[in-house]
Amino acid sequence: MSGHKESILREPLITGNNITYAKITNDILLPVENKPNKAWWIGFILSLCGATLWVVAVSYTFWFGIGSWGLNKTVGWAWDITGFVWWVGIGHAGTLISAVLLLFRQNWRNSINRSAEAMTIFAVICAATYVVSHMGRPWLAYWVLPLPNQFGSLWVNFNSPLVWDMFAISTYFSVSLLFWYTGLLPDIATIRDRATGMRRKIYSIFSFGWSGNVKTWQRFEAVSLVLAGISTPLVLSVHTIVSMDFATSVIPGWHTTIFPPYFVAGAIFSGFAMVLTLLLVARKVLGLENYITMFHIESMNKIIILTGSIVGVAYLTEFFIAWYSGSEYEQYAFINRSTGPYWWAYWMMMTCNVISPQLLWFKKIRTNIPATWILSIVVNVGMWFERFVIIVTSLHRDYLPSSWAMFYPTWVDVSVFIGSIGLFFTLFLLFLRVLPSIAIAEVKLLLKSASEQAKLEQIKEGHLDKEQVAEYIESLDKFDSVKQEQYAKI
Amino acid sequence: MSNIKYILGSFGDPDEMMHGIEKLQENNIAIHDVYTPMPIHGIEAKLGVKRSRLDILAFFCGITGTASAFALIYLTSVVDWRNNIGGKPALALPDFIPIMFELTILFTAFSLVGAYYASTHLFPGRAPRVMDLRATDDRFIIAIDAQQNAAHTLIDGLLKDAGALEVKYNERKYVSYE
Repeated sequence: MSGHKESILREPLITGNNITYAKITNDILLPVENKPNKAWWIGFILSLCGATLWVVAVSYTFWFGIGSWGLNKTVGWAWDITGFVWWVGIGHAGTLISAVLLLFRQNWRNSINRSAEAMTIFAVICAATYVVSHMGRPWLAYWVLPLPNQFGSLWVNFNSPLVWDMFAISTYFSVSLLFWYTGLLPDIATIRDRATGMRRKIYSIFSFGWSGNVKTWQRFEAVSLVLAGISTPLVLSVHTIVSMDFATSVIPGWHTTIFPPYFVAGAIFSGFAMVLTLLLVARKVLGLENYITMFHIESMNKIIILTGSIVGVAYLTEFFIAWYSGSEYEQYAFINRSTGPYWWAYWMMMTCNVISPQLLWFKKIRTNIPATWILSIVVNVGMWFERFVIIVTSLHRDYLPSSWAMFYPTWVDVSVFIGSIGLFFTLFLLFLRVLPSIAIAEVKLLLKSASEQAKLEQIKEGHLDKEQVAEYIESLDKFDSVKQEQYAKI
Repeated sequence: MSNIKYILGSFGDPDEMMHGIEKLQENNIAIHDVYTPMPIHGIEAKLGVKRSRLDILAFFCGITGTASAFALIYLTSVVDWRNNIGGKPALALPDFIPIMFELTILFTAFSLVGAYYASTHLFPGRAPRVMDLRATDDRFIIAIDAQQNAAHTLIDGLLKDAGALEVKYNERKYVSYE
């Protein structure tokens, strides 16, 4: 029941006074129902320039072939696959927040799941374009599908992780889209019922005729739970399979059993960093401080320390096992990684992913918004370098010293990468304008139990343990959206 | 009597609405449906909405996905065109697992969501059947069929006692067609 009271020891998930159901709707729909502000336009124009660059660079690649990239005979995978794995990894936080945290009944997910899921979808779009561009002849992309054909009697090779990956990524994309869109239906209906004229007609089509009656809601919750249940192993399987693109090969530096868990942890790590990068700005610009609170930021930072440390342990384990294996090729691959010509990339990865996230152990830092924002970008830089290190340093010095080579990106490589970031932000900014960036219905669920005002009410009733109340009030110190004065008297 | 088709009790608080449902049921007044801006836990038991069987369907569709994936791989790479890859067995079951797993998820998700949309009549472009436009915003609406329940003043009183902010008498069932 919604009237259920939550323990005072839990920090509030909605802050502010006089929050009503109507105010939640108004606050969240503010950017959707009004003209965009200057900050949005500046961001949008910059991103659109990036997206245009992406169109140019990808078209150039399609026209002239992948010879326009900096790849050579030795380094056959470089920025393209780095970008692919980076984007897929970023996408993982969305599913983690929407599915895994739902299964664990972590209510704080309710105000960040919508934008994180949108981020997943846009990140997977960016990732998929890398795969298609990398094919060289993208008009033959359908060859990866097991279709009956007349090119010979061959089917696709089902033993190949690249074919598994095709199944994994396309399942992941379509299931994430279904999950996201089904969750959006009630909120699109909210926009529809407040709009007039053409807007109402458009939102009406996309709302699928949602009415919010008892049966629809009950089924909605059942469906969400099952989707969360299947998306959880799905998200783990996707990055496991991405890691198998490397791990099932016999290249020293790739051929390791540690890859699946290590890639999954890395994916969650970079995904949460990207969620923070986006939401710290969005909450400020869209005025959503009451819904995306310091508690949310701190929780995400805690996940970043955890997954960052898992990644750190994985780096060290990998190094240890390379030595312990006694295989001289494996040993050389790792010595070359850390001290060879790409040493700077390796140490960049180590610093950004392992050392700097440890700063988040300090409460002052993980509850400081500018510091968190900078660290989140550092993590994403580090995770890009991680994939670059794994891919390029394992390839560039193979078994034959006469074929050793370095990789130098061309303007096309750089443009595809910068362009994909532009594309991602363009899609995200459009999303903020046309759809609610927070799941309105799910946040309303928290109002009577987990909001600051409900807890203040409980304190005022005065049946609570004094020590617990004191602890609760102390925990509010870090919130930038709480009026601290009103607690001075209590 | 009148042209009134539905009586709507519009509540501002879900707990008061639940109380309203109890009051109406104590007086044997049938509730047509309840429209809320968010899921209300425990309401389905009160209104006798049965447990969803969508999860059972999802399970069987998932199994179908597993079987389909196995059939696809088996029939193509074991039966139809066997490749000799270093003399290794064509029926390499561990290699089949990733795709079998992915198709299990794919079939489950699509059939589950498809069945959900079908069973609750959701599809793109469907005319929304909305009785009160604020039911998706900040009001919790109990709808009562006015033709079948003649005691309008009693209903009005019960709803207001329970805390309804407003009681509406609608002459048409759905306002959204206007």
